[in-house]
Amino acid sequence: MPLPPRRRWRLDLWSAGTLLVALVVCLPVAAVAWMAFFPSENIWPHLMETVLPDYILTTLWLMLGVGLGTFVIGTATAGLVTLCRFPGSRVFEWALLTPLAIPAFVIAFVYTDLLDYGGPVQIALRALFGWKTPRDYWFPPVRSLGGAITMMTLVLYPYVYLLARSAFLEQSQAVLEVSRTLGCSPLRAFLRVGLPMARPSIAVGLALVLMEALNDFGTVDFFAVRTLSAGVFNVWLIMQNRGGGAQVALVLLTFILLLVWLERAGRQGRRYHESGTRSTPVRPLVLTGWKGAGAALLCFLPLGLGFLLPAGQLTVFAVQRFSDSWTDAFFTLARNSLALSFTSAAGALVIGLFLAYAVRLGRDTPFLRWTVRLASLGYAVPGAVLAVGVLIPFSRFDNWLDGVVLEATGWKLGLLMTGTTGALMFAYVVRFLALSQGTVEAGLGRVRPSLDMAARTLGRSPAQVLRQVHVPLVRGSLLTAVLLVFVDCMKELPATLLLRPFNFETLATHVYQFASDERLEQSALAALSIVVVGLLPVILLSRSIRQSRQG
Amino acid sequence: MTRRSSAAFAAVALMAVATPALAAEEVNVYTSRQPALIDPLLKAFTDKTGIKVNTVFDGKSIEERLKAEGANSPADLVLTVDVGRLTDLVAKDLVQPVQSETLTKNIPASFRAEDGKWWALTSRARVFYVSKDRVKDGEIKSYADLADPKWKGRICTRPGDHDYNVALTAAVLAHEGPEKTKDWLKGVKANLAQKPQGSDRSQVKSVKEGLCDVAVGNTYYMAAMLADPEQKAWAEAVNIVFPDQAGNGTHLNVSGMALTKSAPHKDAAVKLMEFLSSDEAQHIYADLNNEYPVKPGVEWSKLVKSWGTFKADTLALAKVGELRPAALKLINEVDFNAGP
Repeated sequence: MPLPPRRRWRLDLWSAGTLLVALVVCLPVAAVAWMAFFPSENIWPHLMETVLPDYILTTLWLMLGVGLGTFVIGTATAGLVTLCRFPGSRVFEWALLTPLAIPAFVIAFVYTDLLDYGGPVQIALRALFGWKTPRDYWFPPVRSLGGAITMMTLVLYPYVYLLARSAFLEQSQAVLEVSRTLGCSPLRAFLRVGLPMARPSIAVGLALVLMEALNDFGTVDFFAVRTLSAGVFNVWLIMQNRGGGAQVALVLLTFILLLVWLERAGRQGRRYHESGTRSTPVRPLVLTGWKGAGAALLCFLPLGLGFLLPAGQLTVFAVQRFSDSWTDAFFTLARNSLALSFTSAAGALVIGLFLAYAVRLGRDTPFLRWTVRLASLGYAVPGAVLAVGVLIPFSRFDNWLDGVVLEATGWKLGLLMTGTTGALMFAYVVRFLALSQGTVEAGLGRVRPSLDMAARTLGRSPAQVLRQVHVPLVRGSLLTAVLLVFVDCMKELPATLLLRPFNFETLATHVYQFASDERLEQSALAALSIVVVGLLPVILLSRSIRQSRQG
Repeated sequence: MTRRSSAAFAAVALMAVATPALAAEEVNVYTSRQPALIDPLLKAFTDKTGIKVNTVFDGKSIEERLKAEGANSPADLVLTVDVGRLTDLVAKDLVQPVQSETLTKNIPASFRAEDGKWWALTSRARVFYVSKDRVKDGEIKSYADLADPKWKGRICTRPGDHDYNVALTAAVLAHEGPEKTKDWLKGVKANLAQKPQGSDRSQVKSVKEGLCDVAVGNTYYMAAMLADPEQKAWAEAVNIVFPDQAGNGTHLNVSGMALTKSAPHKDAAVKLMEFLSSDEAQHIYADLNNEYPVKPGVEWSKLVKSWGTFKADTLALAKVGELRPAALKLINEVDFNAGP
């Protein structure tokens, strides 16, 4: 059968819509770039001389530290649970994901409370050893670069774990056995063969981790660690130079784009290495005795430190302060967070579905591929940058529109979008669109194209095919997409702080305000709520992990 | 997605967008003061006048918001702390003058802009919280002492570029000039027990735990800590020392207000301003927040009285605001936040 002719791009509803979405999503980035290149007072030379090298260096250290930490923890635990059997390994397989539910800034608050000089751990140590002053002993400072690296490592390693685990599962027993017959110990076989073969997947996981680390604002702000993301706010709000803030933001974006490139390269590599035939899956090595106990302990450490301990501490605080936390004010916070996150997630889903289906319709046109890639750029933009990029163009537009309307009708419109939850939802959708689009696209990819053809032959329009065939078939992916975006919206901090309207707090902003004023206990219930909601996608993921095991 | 659930989405979306209530009379406030501190005041105002007060609590970016929103900003009133923030609002042309007999009567001339573009509501002193156990009476007396090598590893403070520290540095700058101020900053930095971090309260906590012996902080935090079950012990571990009693006097800073240039509810906003300067509101400031009321004759709280009277620096607040950028530059030049 001759191949169908390569489709030519034509302007229909789907491509026009895709282009529109891409342009709107790029607006904040374009606004920031504009401010950086055309500042009212150019302080770039001053920045280069003073703070910028420090921001860059600190950011590089942070990336190195978090990268190393998550690599070691993620691959070691993934290797253990896939290649070995030991007490509790089945539980660890999904439980190791739970730290994902805890936002980095929340775990930072908890550990500062515990480990600071005035916290229970150091008090106990002083009581135990009779130390009186800080000059009597050394204790690692929590609010430091090292502290930030540790906090982020503890909650971000599951990304590496998840991707490394699936890569190890795809490897065949034969490969590892060959290396064993060639005289490798199991550990050596893993280090010399298993790990290098999983390299592309691990690179993807690391790229995601590093993107999250670069995006973080709450932790570095609280720890006074001077990374680029803290620098954006610092230059913009404390040094009061908008153009300078935008310039720091552009440097940060460059870092992120490098990571996006790395991630893409990794994914392509992964596709290349995948073996077509599914050979015998890995037969796990059974570990007993002290080896088994050691493996269990190794897996328990990240789980305990990254989830059980912080979640436990929050629970204790929440219970202690329950009567003055479980109030109408709390319900308002929860309602705000839920409604805002849910609406944004729904919006991101609808647009993500539209984009994914548009790509499917116009499969081979480079134009569509590039516009969709452009539309997923928002995920690479840190919340702090996005906040600036939304506030400025929105208020400009609103003021312009107000002028036009006033002139035409004499009616005072005021600011249409600025300072409304609409602007906030826009920021969320821009930020998390890539998540929903990617998830839906992966789901649609599993639906055979012959179904589309059959439906179209039976006279259905593309929109009808989407509604009647695809949506019911990929319901699971749609749910996952909504859930992922929902949870990320619940955790979002910097953009929310800057864009929220009158009388409007979310759980995240509430926790941030109280905890940075040394009153974590009073906001523990709100923090715990974010964690509980964050567990939903983790449960979903772990369920699919268990199912893949059974299947 | 079924049609019914998409309708539900839309309904939630609409609910979320349509938050601003349509009250008869209202006033919109951008505040960098903690909600817990000002909510009782705003509630008293609403109870009295029926005017609804909407707030956005925004610690750092009020100016940027106002600037971006421009002539159509919904904000009427800015409530903020630190004189530098107030004079900045004026410098950036974001606020307008207010002519009000009530305000001029209630607020002394030294606590407001000549043209009525900003008005202070309360003042607070930037004092030392010193360890009861480890610092003797009269051992530390002045801001200059903070840089004395004798205190090496014994001083705690929040980040140098925080408004309160910038204002203190600006006051030192006004008295001593740039050279001496820079040396002073270097000296204080070298004496710090740890990298500057956290809030004024967490410095006192560090004193209680023995990390350092002297913390720099604002007066009203003492009261806030005494009122908190977990923090009471921190407050009880320290004494308050008013610095520079033999010199220029203790550095004062203020919290204050300004009417935005765009203020859509100007009348209601001025009513709120007048209310905040009234006996009733000034009493709340004094009793609930333990700040020094600016209105003469309003009694200090019992706790505040117990610290005694002190000699305050008479340097004009406007001068402190004016020197703020220069002070910030010095702080960055010595890389204060890098710590010892």
